Formats: sequence, structure tokens, C-alpha cells
Amino acid sequence: MFSILHPNSVSLLAWTIYLSFAGALVQVLLPKGRNGLARWLALAVAVAGLALAVQGFVAGMGQGRVTLVDLPWVPSMGIHFLLAADGISRVLVLLTGLAAVAGVLFSWNIELRTNEFFAFFLALIGAVYGVFLSFDFFLLFVFYEIAIVPKYFLIAIWGSTRREYAAMKLVIYSFAGSAMVLIGLLAAYATAGSHSTGLIELAHAGLPVSFQMGCFPLIFTGFAILAGMWPFHTWAPTGHVAAPTAASMLLAGVVMKLGAYGCLRVGIALFPRGLDPWGFSFIGIGSWRDVFAVLAVIGIVYGALVALAQTDFKFVIGYSSVSHMGFVLLGLMTLNQIGVTGAVLQMFSHGIIAGLLFAIVGRIVYDRTHTRQLAELETMHLSRRLPFAAWAFVVAGIASIGMPGFSGFVAELQVLVGAWKVNPWWVLTAGIGIVVGVAYIWRALQKAFFSDLLPSAHVLEEEHGHHFSAITWPEVTGVVLLAGVSLFVGLWPRILLDTIEPAVKTLLAGGGQ
Amino acid sequence: MSGIHLLTLLTVLPLVGAAIALVAGKHARAVALITSLASLALALVVWTQLPANGSIGLIEQHSWASSLGIEYYLGVDALGALMLVLSAIVTLMSVDAAHRVHHQPGLYFALVLTLEAGLFGSFTALNFFHWFLFWELCLIPAFFLIKLWGGARRGPAATQFFIYTMAGSAALLVAFLAIFVSAGSMDFPHLTLLASTGELEEIVTAHLGPVMPWLAIGVLAGFAVKVPMFPFHTWLPAAYAEAPSPVTMLLTGAMSKMGVYGLLRIALPLFGHQIAQMRTPLLVLAVATIVMGAWAAAAQKDLKRIFAYLSVNHLGYCLLGIFALAVPAAGAGIDTAALASQAAALNGVILQMFNHGITAAALFWFVAMMQQRTGGHRGIDQFGGLRKPAPVLAGLMGIALFSSLGMPGLNSFPGEFLIFRGAFPLAWVAASVSILGLLVTAAVILTVIQKVFTGPVPEHCVGFPDLHHGERMALAPVIGLMFLVGLLPSLITESVNPTVMNLLAHWRF
Repeated sequence: MFSILHPNSVSLLAWTIYLSFAGALVQVLLPKGRNGLARWLALAVAVAGLALAVQGFVAGMGQGRVTLVDLPWVPSMGIHFLLAADGISRVLVLLTGLAAVAGVLFSWNIELRTNEFFAFFLALIGAVYGVFLSFDFFLLFVFYEIAIVPKYFLIAIWGSTRREYAAMKLVIYSFAGSAMVLIGLLAAYATAGSHSTGLIELAHAGLPVSFQMGCFPLIFTGFAILAGMWPFHTWAPTGHVAAPTAASMLLAGVVMKLGAYGCLRVGIALFPRGLDPWGFSFIGIGSWRDVFAVLAVIGIVYGALVALAQTDFKFVIGYSSVSHMGFVLLGLMTLNQIGVTGAVLQMFSHGIIAGLLFAIVGRIVYDRTHTRQLAELETMHLSRRLPFAAWAFVVAGIASIGMPGFSGFVAELQVLVGAWKVNPWWVLTAGIGIVVGVAYIWRALQKAFFSDLLPSAHVLEEEHGHHFSAITWPEVTGVVLLAGVSLFVGLWPRILLDTIEPAVKTLLAGGGQ
Repeated sequence: MSGIHLLTLLTVLPLVGAAIALVAGKHARAVALITSLASLALALVVWTQLPANGSIGLIEQHSWASSLGIEYYLGVDALGALMLVLSAIVTLMSVDAAHRVHHQPGLYFALVLTLEAGLFGSFTALNFFHWFLFWELCLIPAFFLIKLWGGARRGPAATQFFIYTMAGSAALLVAFLAIFVSAGSMDFPHLTLLASTGELEEIVTAHLGPVMPWLAIGVLAGFAVKVPMFPFHTWLPAAYAEAPSPVTMLLTGAMSKMGVYGLLRIALPLFGHQIAQMRTPLLVLAVATIVMGAWAAAAQKDLKRIFAYLSVNHLGYCLLGIFALAVPAAGAGIDTAALASQAAALNGVILQMFNHGITAAALFWFVAMMQQRTGGHRGIDQFGGLRKPAPVLAGLMGIALFSSLGMPGLNSFPGEFLIFRGAFPLAWVAASVSILGLLVTAAVILTVIQKVFTGPVPEHCVGFPDLHHGERMALAPVIGLMFLVGLLPSLITESVNPTVMNLLAHWRF
């Protein structure tokens, strides 16, 4: 809280949280009808958060874990308001800042209860920052739960396609996951006999191996539900599709990362022995590590195959997220330096690329065509009528299929190299997912933008009658920002890897965090 | 302050207010408002005057009928004082909510204030007889408030409420007569000391034979009806639904706490050992209270019944914490890890008592407002899309609903978290099942939000007026309190914790 006294240090990162929640509060209090003001205010808060994130990222280069704030919160119960940031946190905070700015830009045309929309949006962002920076279990849980509620309202109020069903499903899945995490962590603290609720204390508590083996799957699954792990992924496509564009961007961009982050920060870091071999094996599976790696690989292939079969453009992207998040989980299960580093980089990369894809499909295309059915888009000649959208999707698609030069390539390659060292079969199977990934992007691109089908009379008439509204500056800015970051990181991955690698090394070395 | 009999003054104040309200006619509500505001101020003064070491302070003790062990004996620790503050807040909310009492307003508000005095008396009394007097005193105004101002089926509801609670009271009375006959005292502090060394059980056994477990069951039954605990809860939905909503606020916000308070002030100190012996079946009942409460709420269509069952569910968490911490003593010496868990659970229970009082009262207040605006509708299917005509009501009620759900940042979360944190090491199966019960609660509350606030607006809700200025001003402090306790639970726990340690030090399991 007093970190403002040391400007130009990592500890300013804590202000990303306060600023976002303050922004949300101001939005609530804003008078009705001041939509323009609400937008600019949201953008200002998001940009300021990004600036803090960049500042913290740069200031933190070469440093290990930095404590940002440590205040007693409920002293008699050993609960601390403890915020800290290591390299993994700093990279994910940076991602959150980028996703926030892009999300505001692609929500520029929200006219329905604009200030409330941005209030929920900023509250969600604040909670996400909070999760990435919390090193006290109570605090982490607080932010993790707070993140659930704005998602519900963003989908239930501003969403489309079966929005109430999707919102409820997402929330119930999220709560179920967090209940599992709560049970697991309470059991861990009970076993450790710890008075405090600090994560670092728990890492040093030396939990018995048998306990770790029992507790790890509970906690990992609890978090992995939010990361879209097969077969608990079903909330993701329906939620993504029903959500308004900015919410889909945040869901895929950062909320799924909360799950993956929890898997790493809590699951793997606190219960490292939970991944030890059981001592027997069944059809080649001899540890929880094998179980979750196999589920991750199934997710990669299954997500890609299902994406290939979709008729709704947004469902294609929704299932692609399940597939790409599979790489994150696979990377985590390699438990080696390169694989886990790749997983963290993939979290960042997928956050950017999925955000871009959802922005194109949900905002740039859907808000003009009012349909997401590929069969209808096929007749609309979008490459001619919305050339910007077509080219943006080409770039995003290339990034998504893992073309060298974009961030996804470096990330997925590292995951695969890491996985190869453990079990080449995982890599070979995941390879199928990559091939299908090319196919579904190609198919979507072909159908949505570059179709040869002759337009129907109705559409021709419409085309002569009126044009789609022009592409606006926030859309251009958003696309350039996201595509630029993906390209930048693809060309110069060291900028992130130098920060991620030491943090992963410390984490895997068992120094707890 | 020692010269002033603060606690006596606190109890007398609402009684005086009640007498004035009775003759004040249409100004009765103003009298009640002023009285309850003054009571709240006084209760807050009491809160600031507590001894720092967590023991009982502000003691007033006079002989009453000494041959019967009856004394006028008052005092509070942080637990009692917190309940005083809660009762004062809930009474104020209830009076505030009841601004459409056309039928005999004087009598209505006199009864409400008498009920407040009964609550104050029962949360400060330290002698059984004295306590029992106020415990019963609460019952009578509550009965008449339901009977005279209730809904269509108020008669059976009031009768059922009265008979259940009286049966519980009878069990309590018999148990205490047995104790008095044996130990010759009715003072809680004295009996607690006797029980903490195991002497009480010896004395009672010497006089009456091995009846101690039966006395424990009698006392537990008396409180279980009041809380209520499954399967003694069946009076509750009818009473809560048929009572006018402002009275339901009092029933759930303050009166239900008398049961939990009784468990902490009387049952655990005197019968801790016996309760620890029966711990497993009691935990099963606590978990049943949580799970059944949530499922039953999911099956209801009437908002008041939904919130009534959610109350059962939420107080079930208190029961879980209480029975989980009653761990049979393992042997000599103090197990520090177990003590830390017990302290966490007990802190959580006390916090949850306060939070549930605020949140449940707020929810029934919102129902009262919705009934006023639609001519008495309260079915969940009779509302829809209210966020359009009444965004402020929807927003504030949404906050109260999320508080009830246990949303971090709002008041209920820290209490429930501490209960789980404390209960888990002591009774992990019960705690795990209860955590999964949270999911049902979440689904129920989200369903309420969806049905009431979203979707098409039914005909009789067109032109549904939003909260007017006065209502917003009245609700603002309550909502503010939800955030305050949610963000800074230490405001309460740091004062309560010494009392928790003090209580635990005197309990023998």
C-alpha cells in the first residue's frame, strides 16, 4: 500500500489491482448516458494498468520474487495481505494489462449500460491481477472467487446464444473447481499444522508424500477445470460463444490462464511429490503426471477435431482454445525446465492470439454481419467487403497455427521439446492436433472470408444497397496491438524467456516458489 | 462508566420505548425508530467498554431470590456484546422496514421493542433463571407479531412456532432444575468453572445418578429448535413465511442467534464433555442442516421460503463449527495445533452469527419492499426483469444475495472461511461435504438473480418503482457494513479473539 514511496520499483505492480477496482467503482457511480466518458475512463484505467505492468516487468528483470505488500489482515488468524511477484507473475500481469487494453478497445461500441459493462470488466481485470500477485492462500482464493462473478454478469447481461445457460454453467463449473481447491488446500494446511495461510510457508512445510499424492489431483483438477482441461472443458466453448466479445477475449485470454497458473503455482509448486510414480502402472499410466499429460494431449486433439466440425465461427475459436490450453497443461506435466517455461510462454501467447481471434470474429465480423454461421458468411464475400478483417484473420490464423515468427511457435515448440524428453508418444499424438489446427483455421478462413460461392440474390442486393460500417480506430489499434505483440515476442522470445526461465527454475528446484 | 449500570440501562431502554409506543398511536414508528437508534448507540458503547483480556465485563450482580439460586446477574464478553450490537442493528432495520403498519401500530411497535429488550436481556444474563426469563420474554411478542400481523396461514404458523419453542424451553428448564438441585447454583460462570474441572458431572452423578448425557440432550434440543438444527427445523419455513417480513427479519436476524449463543454460553461450557461424546451424530445433523437447507431452498418458489431455508443452511455452518471444535480430549497437555483450529472455527462461528444476521435481515427487507410494490407478490416466478424498472433495487439486493452466497469482499466469506479452516483439521469429512453444499447454495442464489432480475417484465411489475431516496439512505449503511466486514474482518475478529481464547480455556471436552 505504501509502495508509492518507492517509485520505479517492482512493487508498483500492486497498484494494478487497486487501480482496476477503483476504476470499477467509479464506473458504477458514473451518471447514466455518459457512455463516451465511461469508455475513455475504462481505456485510461486499462492503459494505466498496462503501463504499471510494463514498468514492473522492466524493473523486475533479473530479479527473483519481490514482495510488493505484506500487511497483517486478520492477525489472530495468521492471514496476511501478501502480494508478491516472481517472473511468472510478472509475465502474466503483463498479459493481463494487454488483454485489458485490447478488451476495452473492442468494446468501444457497447451502448447498453456502458458504465456497468466496464465496471464488471474492470472488476474482473482487478481480480485477475490479484490472483497473479497473491502469495497468501486466503487472498488468492478471494481474488479467484471475485473473478467469477463479473464473468457471470458480463455473459448473462451482454451475451448472446443461450447466455443464461452458459453463464450459469460457467459459474457452477468455476465454483465446483474452487470448492475442490478449497478442500485440498484446507487439507494441506491441516496436515502441515500451519497457523499462517502463506503459500511459501506451505511449500516449506514438507508435506508427507502420500498426502501430496492424494491431494495433488484434487487441487490440480480444481484449477484445471478453469484451464479447460478435457473432459471438464465443456463450460468453455458455450461460455466463450455466449459472452460478449470483450468477455470472450478475457475468458480465453486471461481467465483460463488463472486455472493454468493455479495448477503451476499451487498444484505443482506445493505438491511436487504428488507427481511421483505410483509404483505400478496401468496401460502405460503410472503416475498422476501421466494421467494429466494424457488428458492434456486428448484435449489438444479433441479440441482441434471438434473445431474442425463447427458451423458457428465463434465455436471454432472456442474449441481452438481448448486445444491450445492443452499445450499449456502438457507443458506443465513435463516438469522440466524447457517444457514448463514453454507452458508459461504459451499462456502468454495464447492469451494474445485467442484475444485477437475472438475480437475479429465477435467484434469486427459479427457486429457487422449479425451472423456467425460459416454457411451464411460464405455468401458474403467478406474478403472484398471487409478486407481489414480478412487480413487480420490471416495474421491471427498464422499466429494460431504456430507459424515461426509468432509467439505461438516458440511456446509450443518448447512444450513439445520438453514433452519429447519425457514421452515421445505425447508429442506424436499432439502433432495430430497441430495438423488439424492448420486445417480448422484454413477451413474457417476459406469459408468466412475467401469463399468462391456466388452470393445469393438477397445478399447481392444488400451489397449494392449498403456497405458495412467502416472499420473504426479502436478496432485497428486493438488488432495492431495484439498482432504486434505476438510478432514481437515471436521474433524476440528472449524478452519474456529471460524473465520466465529463472522463476521456473526456482519453482521446479523445490525452493517452493 | 462503572457507576452507570450500562447493561440494565440497555435492557430498560426498549421497554420504556415500548410503553411510550403503546400510547403514541400513529407516532409509534417514530418512537420505535428513536428508541432503536438510541439502543444501537448504547450497544456500541458497550462494545467499546469490553475488558481487553476477553473475559466478562460490565458485571452487575444482585441477589434476587437467593434460596433458589436466583440472581440478577448481568455481564458481557465480546460474544455477548457482538450479539447486542447485532440485535440493535436488526431491530433498527426491522422498524425501518415496517412503515406500512395500519393495524394497531402502537401495539406492533411496542411488541417489537419488547422483543428487543428480550434479546438484550438474554444476551447479557449470566444466571439461568434471569436468562430464561428473557428467553421466554422474546417468545411472547414474537408469537403475537406473527399471530396478529401475519399472512393468510398465520394461525397455524404461530402456534407451531410457539409449541416447538416451548417444548425446547421445557427441556432446558428440566435440565437446569436438575443442575440446581445438584450443584445449588444457577450462575453460568460458576457452573462453567465447576464443569471445566469435571466436578459438575461428579456432583450431578452423585445426586441423580448418570443423567448428565440426558441433561446434555435436553439442553441441546432446546437450542436445536431455536437455531434450528435438522430435524427440528420444521416450524421455521411456515413461521418465516407467514410472519410479516419485518418480523421475519427479527426472527432470522436476531432470534435465531439466541440458539447459537445458547450453545456457546451454556451447552458447551456445561456439557462440553457430553457433547464431545456425541460429536459424530451431531456433526451428521449439522451437515444435514447445511445440505438439506440448501436442497430445500432449491425446491421452493416463494422468495420468503427460499430465504428461510437459506437461513437454515447458513446457520448450519455455525453448527458445523461448534460441533467440529468439540473434540474429545486426547489426554493431558494442550494440543496447540488443535487449539488453533478450534480458535479459528469459533472465531468463524461468531463472525458468521453476526454476518448471517445482517445479510438475512437485509434479504427479507428486500422481500418486504418487493411485496409493498406489487401488492404482496413474493413468488419467484411472479417477478422478472426487475433490473430494468428498478436498477438500484436490483443492484443492492444483488449485493445482499452475493453476500449470502459467500462472495469474497462481502461479509459472509471470512466467517465461512474461518469455520472451514478450523473445522477441516478437526472433522474433515463433515467440512468437505459442507463445502460441496456451497455449490447448491450458489445455484439457488443465482437462480433467484436470474428469475427476478432478468428476463421479461410481467404485467404487474410494469412501472415497478425503484428505491426512493429514503430507502436508499436506509439501506446504504447496511450494504456498507457488508463491504466493511468483508474487507476488514479484523474489526470484529481482533476483539472477539481474546474472548474465543478465554472461552476455549474454560471448556472441557
